Amino acid sequence: MESQLRLELGILFIVLIVARVLFLIHKVTTGHSKYATSKRKSSCKTIICIGSGGHTTEMLKLVSNLDFTKYSPRYYIMASSDVTSMQKVEELEKAKRLPTKGTIDYRIYRIPRSRVVKQSYFTSVFTTLYSILYTTPVIFMIRPDLILCNGPGTCIPVCGLAFLLKLIFVKDTRIVFIESFCRTQTFSLTGKILIYFADNFLVQWPSLKRKLKRSEYIGQLM
Amino acid sequence: MKRIFVTVGTTKFPKLVNAITTEQVIQTLLSLGYNFVQIQTGRDFSKVEFDSVVSPPPEIKLEANSTIVTVNDKLTIKYDTYFENFEKEVEESDLVISHAGAGSCLEVLHKRKPLIVVINEDLMDNHQSELAEQLQKDGYVYCSTCSTLKEVLKKDLSKLRPYPKPDDSLFPRYLDKCMGFT
Repeated sequence: MESQLRLELGILFIVLIVARVLFLIHKVTTGHSKYATSKRKSSCKTIICIGSGGHTTEMLKLVSNLDFTKYSPRYYIMASSDVTSMQKVEELEKAKRLPTKGTIDYRIYRIPRSRVVKQSYFTSVFTTLYSILYTTPVIFMIRPDLILCNGPGTCIPVCGLAFLLKLIFVKDTRIVFIESFCRTQTFSLTGKILIYFADNFLVQWPSLKRKLKRSEYIGQLM
Repeated sequence: MKRIFVTVGTTKFPKLVNAITTEQVIQTLLSLGYNFVQIQTGRDFSKVEFDSVVSPPPEIKLEANSTIVTVNDKLTIKYDTYFENFEKEVEESDLVISHAGAGSCLEVLHKRKPLIVVINEDLMDNHQSELAEQLQKDGYVYCSTCSTLKEVLKKDLSKLRPYPKPDDSLFPRYLDKCMGFT
């Protein structure tokens, strides 16, 4: 009898989780989570996913225009192999800090890459798993209010874990995805995945907006 | 002095570098009155190759880290692997010929310089041609391949539209609204 009860409870538990996942995906894809429902008074903990090369340049251009007192503290997550991006982040932070004489309110985390350019989709499953394992404590410690990402592989585990936080009612993290300026007709692999998880899905070309109803084109960003 | 700046960014694209020194491109450059070409060659560029048909044979000089080639006393071509002051070089040029990387294209467009984007056809799975074609469709640049460069060079550069400045407040305003700051 007892084992029967345990089985039923187990099934119930799984059904509830599946329902919660579907509910969250539904909320995201129908655009119901596009805007905050209440007014925010405190600053928001922000994770900024930094990719490499062009992705970094684009992301830092977007971030540089933000009011850093609102988006504080900032956690930059980047591939452990990427030295150039780290320098660029430090330059930006310094440039923003100097005129205000503020204190350092950012931190850089470096994680292993989930997928390098041209790696096969099959092997990238394993590297992604490793990358997720490595990222988990970081995300659970930060529990961010906001994640900004624009395409590099490193942002998939970050967004996945943030989704988990949301799933278990720990933190309602907003994921904002900005598709790269290079994408005018087709979505990147990251974009195709985040269609189901990003609360806000921005594209930089009207021609790409026409391909996905829930994407948004707010004007020329670059 | 009419200057051209050719750049391949941080990638390698020897085909583009060599395309400049084909006879037809050289003739086109001479007939259009260009007299200085600065080439940023990027990685994996070994040596200057000339079509044997170019006559009289060009004079090739090595100077510090650059190679300088003079054709007919009229056209000077300077080769460097990388560039410290990319911005200055763009500003001084009358035309920029670039690979299809978004970063290089944007820098040139923001400086409002005429731009020819050369698509690397050897990178078939590359989505970079997507951006180049869109920019051409919107009238900001001319697209080319290594083999069509000689014709594209003849196009009227004054017909290109200046690239508008982005509105830097768009993204912060949007994000503030999403986060409930406004």
